[in-house]
Amino acid sequence: MKGVAITGMGIISSIGNSVGENYISLIENKIGISRITNISTVHADVIKVGEIKKTNEELIAELGLDSDNNFSRTAMIGTLAAKQAVENSGITSINEFRTGLISATSVGGMDMTERHYYDYFKHPELVKYIACHDGGDVAEKIAEELGLKGIVTTISTACSSAANAIMLGARLIKTGKLDRVIVGGADGLAKFTINGFKTLMILSDAFNKPFDNERKGLNLGEAAAYLVLESDEVVAKQNKKVLARVSGYGNANDAFHQTASSENGDGAYLAMKKAFEVSGLKPSEIDYINVHGTATPNNDLSEGRAIKRIYQDEKVPDFSSTKPFTGHTLAAAAAIEAVYSVLAIQNNVVYPNLNFENQMEEFDLTPQTTLKNKTIEHVLSNSFGFGGNCSTLIFSKS
Amino acid sequence: MKKTYINGVGCISTQKTFDTVFLEEAIVNHDENVLAIVPPVYKDYISPAASRRMAKGVKNGIVASALAMKDANIEKVDAIITGTGLGCIEDSEKFLKSILDNNEEFLTPTSFIQSTHNTVGAQIALLQQCKGYNFTYVNGAVSFESALLDAKMQIEEEEAQSVLVGGVDENGEYTTALFKLSGRIKPDNQQPYNLLDSDTSGAVYGEGASFFVLENERKETTYAEVLDIAIVNTLEENEIEAEIKSFLKSNNLEISDIDALVLGFDGNVDFENYYRNLTENAFAETPVLYYKHLCGEYDTASAFAFWMAAKIIKTQEIPEIIKVNSVEKPVYNTILLYNQLNGKNHSFTLITK
Repeated sequence: MKGVAITGMGIISSIGNSVGENYISLIENKIGISRITNISTVHADVIKVGEIKKTNEELIAELGLDSDNNFSRTAMIGTLAAKQAVENSGITSINEFRTGLISATSVGGMDMTERHYYDYFKHPELVKYIACHDGGDVAEKIAEELGLKGIVTTISTACSSAANAIMLGARLIKTGKLDRVIVGGADGLAKFTINGFKTLMILSDAFNKPFDNERKGLNLGEAAAYLVLESDEVVAKQNKKVLARVSGYGNANDAFHQTASSENGDGAYLAMKKAFEVSGLKPSEIDYINVHGTATPNNDLSEGRAIKRIYQDEKVPDFSSTKPFTGHTLAAAAAIEAVYSVLAIQNNVVYPNLNFENQMEEFDLTPQTTLKNKTIEHVLSNSFGFGGNCSTLIFSKS
Repeated sequence: MKKTYINGVGCISTQKTFDTVFLEEAIVNHDENVLAIVPPVYKDYISPAASRRMAKGVKNGIVASALAMKDANIEKVDAIITGTGLGCIEDSEKFLKSILDNNEEFLTPTSFIQSTHNTVGAQIALLQQCKGYNFTYVNGAVSFESALLDAKMQIEEEEAQSVLVGGVDENGEYTTALFKLSGRIKPDNQQPYNLLDSDTSGAVYGEGASFFVLENERKETTYAEVLDIAIVNTLEENEIEAEIKSFLKSNNLEISDIDALVLGFDGNVDFENYYRNLTENAFAETPVLYYKHLCGEYDTASAFAFWMAAKIIKTQEIPEIIKVNSVEKPVYNTILLYNQLNGKNHSFTLITK
């Protein structure tokens, strides 16, 4: 058996609070994009977001946190998803094996920082939130809630962060440094991010349309997802059910521009190429590509070109972006899409690329626009981030 | 399995750690609770036009990495791995303040772009046109050690022959004010700030950028071999000694094999016993060293310690200014580094000649 075993998954996103709910939304075209309600912003009437329709108070109650907790929204959704993953994997004693946690986030507890920034000096009761700004705070909160004592670390490479967390986790298992690792990412919506993307002029005021000729940009989203990876020894010892395997991974840098992708998609091409090398698979063996597909003019062009370079004269497999459902959930995106990739393998489906109308004029790539049932052995999932950070994961049937 | 060697170092810190041999000009500042870096001559490395647009952390990262590459006598690396606690926090402050002050209007993207945690690693890649593996770790006091662990795995798995690895953090004015408020930084007006006989909580803060070229072969420029790195999130005071013994044992070493122990003493009386117990008991017969009185406390301060340990092995000298005790050894071949933050983020790093 090639690849690292996935034995548990957990997710909370704008299309569902569990793995089951997310899957139903994906196959029934239930999108999570709407007007923003949890954050007060002057852009509320312009932008559309993939928001988890739970207030912080509801999340606190659900997690059973004390009133003196200092959880950011990101830490709360992260903890919910990680707890689901651990439960789904049937783990009862978290430190029984050498267990780690590799998390991903873009701005950590920024949602609390921006809310209280100028009030800290006036309101001593808020001072507890200063510490949650730290990028590592989310992972440490999750570790504490899980009682996990071993290695905990966080990766932040913008929108490819969770792919890199999954990649590192798989390498730690493969090299025998860990027996078990919880990997994934969390990002709550924040004014900081909304305004950042707004200034870059890559937010769409309409529903995002990946790989469409008239695409106008992305919708931001919030989500958290975690997966449990385990060594074959642990799987055999505990007779565990393997949901799917991480069979390939690759990371490369576009080295072109801080926020834009190169026109020929060098970084994306190299990341996919490496992932194929690691997996030993040929491009033609991929049954479904879950593209990064943010629906910005730049990303889809660059990613499309890179895919064309990988497939050359061969047929490009069925592909779709699931961001019309969830929005772009930044550092969490690759973990969300890892869960969707595993579900595609388990249920033998290709999800529709919603909102697509017209093929891009630069190439002849048409995404799968309706739900398609077919045997799925291998899924390739792309995630690219600022700083030219490009990552590819390949998931395979166990 | 390939071994990992430190073949080049570059350090920008609150001391003059460039254009010097090894801390001969170091000064302990007892008067300030936030220390600023001694800036290098940026124009020797970055064009003034580019430099003006760059965040402080980016500039220092670029210079420190250039120094390390030159030191290692190489022009290209296969991978770039960075650790940073807070990234370019000055730009995060700037962007957040303009959002709040102008009610989300009249914003420009520059500071948002630079605030992204992986900006330093990305800018170095862009400058060097390095299209290889590029990761950034952001987990408090183990940000640098995470990068180091990853770099060592890259070399062991033969995914890379050379890796540029570093730790970088910068001070931001508003953030340091918040840290004073939350007690992470010692309060103002409590001079003299002494580290080893401190009876107050909080730390004297600092900033810096330390980068290293790691390669899979020993060469003329080699400082030391990286033997092992371990990261543990949570340990009690009374678990540290056993943890260290088992870490050493897994490397076929005992406490008596350690020629120097570098500890992260930061003057925070609340968590000092993690270090104090080792100094007084298990490592009483070992030279014990400290460094945060020189570089200040910050998430990637342990990268400064890594620089210091590499220098000791190469020069076989220990400057008086970093000694906690007066124990000496005839040679300094194997050094253990231990750091933690508030009882979490424990890291153990082992290097040898």
